[in-house]
Amino acid sequence: MKRLLRGGRVVDPVNGRDGVFDLLIEDGRIARVGVALKVENDTAIVDVPPGLVICPGLIDMHVHLREPGQEHKETVATGTAAAVAGGFTAVACMPNTSPINDNAGVTGYILGKAAEAKLSRVYPIGAVSRGQKGEQLADIAELRAAGCVAITDDGKPVATALLMRRALEYAGMFDMPVIEHCEEQTLKGDGVAHEGFQASALGLRGIPGEAESIMALRDIALAELTGGVVHIAHMSARQTLDAVRYGKARGARVTCEVTPHHFVLTDEMLGAPLAYDTNVKMNPPLREVADRDAMLAGLADGSVDAIATDHAPHHYDEKQVEFDQAPFGITGLETAVSLCFDRLIHTGVVTLPRLIELLSINPAQILRVPGGSLTEGAPADITILAPDLPVTVVASRMRSMSKNTPFDGWKLRGGVAATIVGGRTVFLNPACSELKV
Amino acid sequence: MRKDLLGIADLTPEEIYRVLDTADAMREIGEREIKKVPTLRGKTVVNLFYEPSTRTRTSFEIAEKRLSADTLNIAVAASSVLKGETLSDTAMNIEAMAPDIIVIRHASSGACHLLSRICKSRIINAGDGMHEHPTQALLDAFTIRQHKKRIEGLKVVIVGDLLHSRVLRSNVLLLTMLGADVCVSGPPTLIPKGIERLGVSVKTDVDAAVRDADVIMMLRIQQERMQGAFFPSLREYFNVFGMTAARVRRAKPDVIIMHPGPMNRGVEIASDVADGPYSVILEQVANGVAVRMAVLYLLAGGVEDEAAA
Repeated sequence: MKRLLRGGRVVDPVNGRDGVFDLLIEDGRIARVGVALKVENDTAIVDVPPGLVICPGLIDMHVHLREPGQEHKETVATGTAAAVAGGFTAVACMPNTSPINDNAGVTGYILGKAAEAKLSRVYPIGAVSRGQKGEQLADIAELRAAGCVAITDDGKPVATALLMRRALEYAGMFDMPVIEHCEEQTLKGDGVAHEGFQASALGLRGIPGEAESIMALRDIALAELTGGVVHIAHMSARQTLDAVRYGKARGARVTCEVTPHHFVLTDEMLGAPLAYDTNVKMNPPLREVADRDAMLAGLADGSVDAIATDHAPHHYDEKQVEFDQAPFGITGLETAVSLCFDRLIHTGVVTLPRLIELLSINPAQILRVPGGSLTEGAPADITILAPDLPVTVVASRMRSMSKNTPFDGWKLRGGVAATIVGGRTVFLNPACSELKV
Repeated sequence: MRKDLLGIADLTPEEIYRVLDTADAMREIGEREIKKVPTLRGKTVVNLFYEPSTRTRTSFEIAEKRLSADTLNIAVAASSVLKGETLSDTAMNIEAMAPDIIVIRHASSGACHLLSRICKSRIINAGDGMHEHPTQALLDAFTIRQHKKRIEGLKVVIVGDLLHSRVLRSNVLLLTMLGADVCVSGPPTLIPKGIERLGVSVKTDVDAAVRDADVIMMLRIQQERMQGAFFPSLREYFNVFGMTAARVRRAKPDVIIMHPGPMNRGVEIASDVADGPYSVILEQVANGVAVRMAVLYLLAGGVEDEAAA
């Protein structure tokens, strides 16, 4: 079956395209991209309304799908439903499930669930250490053979410098990135919020930005020592951004990601509008204005490589408790694109091609997975964006099983019109009814 | 008055003075032979204490009884927390029995805010984690005003574990709001980040901090803090920060010494200071009852003129 997307603005930086092109999908692949492509009889024509943008499928390289083991928070099926509703054609899921994804059995289970769901692509990320205990390396070659694209002990950092060194060396054999949750554990202590005026005033135990940057500096030094590839997850502190810039300047193989909540929100959310709202409790914590502004600067100047959501669903009951008792994390898949448009594009922080680099090209490159371009012959993983769509965030209507978002009720400009995976439309936004894709 | 008393941060100077003025009237009730008025007759007050407390709980209970409220104490050991019930569920269950006021003490900062969102009953914060202890700050202000006739312009020094103290936060908010000149002092490991943004000066040199003070307020040092390496030893703490008679002499001749209790004698305060002529520590305890009567009364919907009638 052939489908022709006609008349949309195609933004495909890898192939140097930004303009009105026709895009022909055939057998799940991008068959042709060009101006005024000839239409054959067996081709279904989809007229893309003006204003919409056709771009390579977005890839969220940091999500928690919770399955196996925590299916009351999220499953692979509900998580990938949230992903495609958020414009993501692929997600990479973290290994802190129960049991931990430290062996081929768990990896295979996740991939099986993803195949059943038939929504977004799922790239499992394996554990660095067996049981994420920080003692022995997991069977990394086995994980890779089973389909894992990277390794991490996310939720906490790789426990010791020695183990991190070994992980970088060993995974380096496969050119596999080690994704690091940077947090010096003794400095973090029992902290629950960014160490600063807000936490002091509210009587919350603090986590200084240096807890993150110290670990990032350790890992960058080890990446240099080993020649391994380290990716800094969910960067939040301005000191960490400086560490990454330092590492890149020295030629270390380091990349980093920022979440939408860390470039939109600050720790002022702890006190208002809702004091002690557990939906603004995440790790790393929301930091100060200076940190948030540093993240925006890093997104603009190219120091930040990717935007990832750290989608961390938690059940209502788990969040409806005292602030210091609540688990860390918020959902992110279904709000990311709108937040990016509203806070990065419409404010002029980044251009649309740069946003696509952050949300698609670079995640594909960092994880060494397909995608990131609309190259002829590539799988037809395509996101159609609606840059000016008025969006009201309604947590209760989200596809994710969990509703723990601080953005409920927010009005934003920009959203997702449709998501196409392997040539198949897996999401069509009812608010974009003029698009018949 | 508003629905709840969660913290000093929510109050205006007018509301604070209204509590203090009402407490003046309430204090007189405690001096009568029959220490009871019918003001809160038919009202139910639940004292929900998730942390052990002798002084505060007793003080609230006496205040409630003097106002003729029906009181009920729920202590953590006897409650369903041990059976795994969440604070939200406990709150909804208590709420179902329609109390008028819930007084809550809890180890988590913001626990009273959670309760306030769930309950229609009025909530009084009797201490939430490291956040606020508003009735303590009100009774401290009442005691200061008793001795100094004013709060504005006084030099108040607060010494001790600033980081973990809810008493500190409430007092700083209240005293700066009413125009006192507040200086805080303690080991740098126990000074909260950015505290100066609340309008206080910070001095680690306690001798310099107490100079010409009108009021010295000591905070309790929790001995378990040594495990967190906040300071080397209790002995060294006393030498560097303990309130001794020699240090008190650097303050104004009519300085008053305060402590929210319970005291660690020989750690944050020398016994001769705690029991000495400048100490108003037991007056604070006595005033606590009157101030809590005032808060209960005002929250229950009264006006100060009829309070002592």
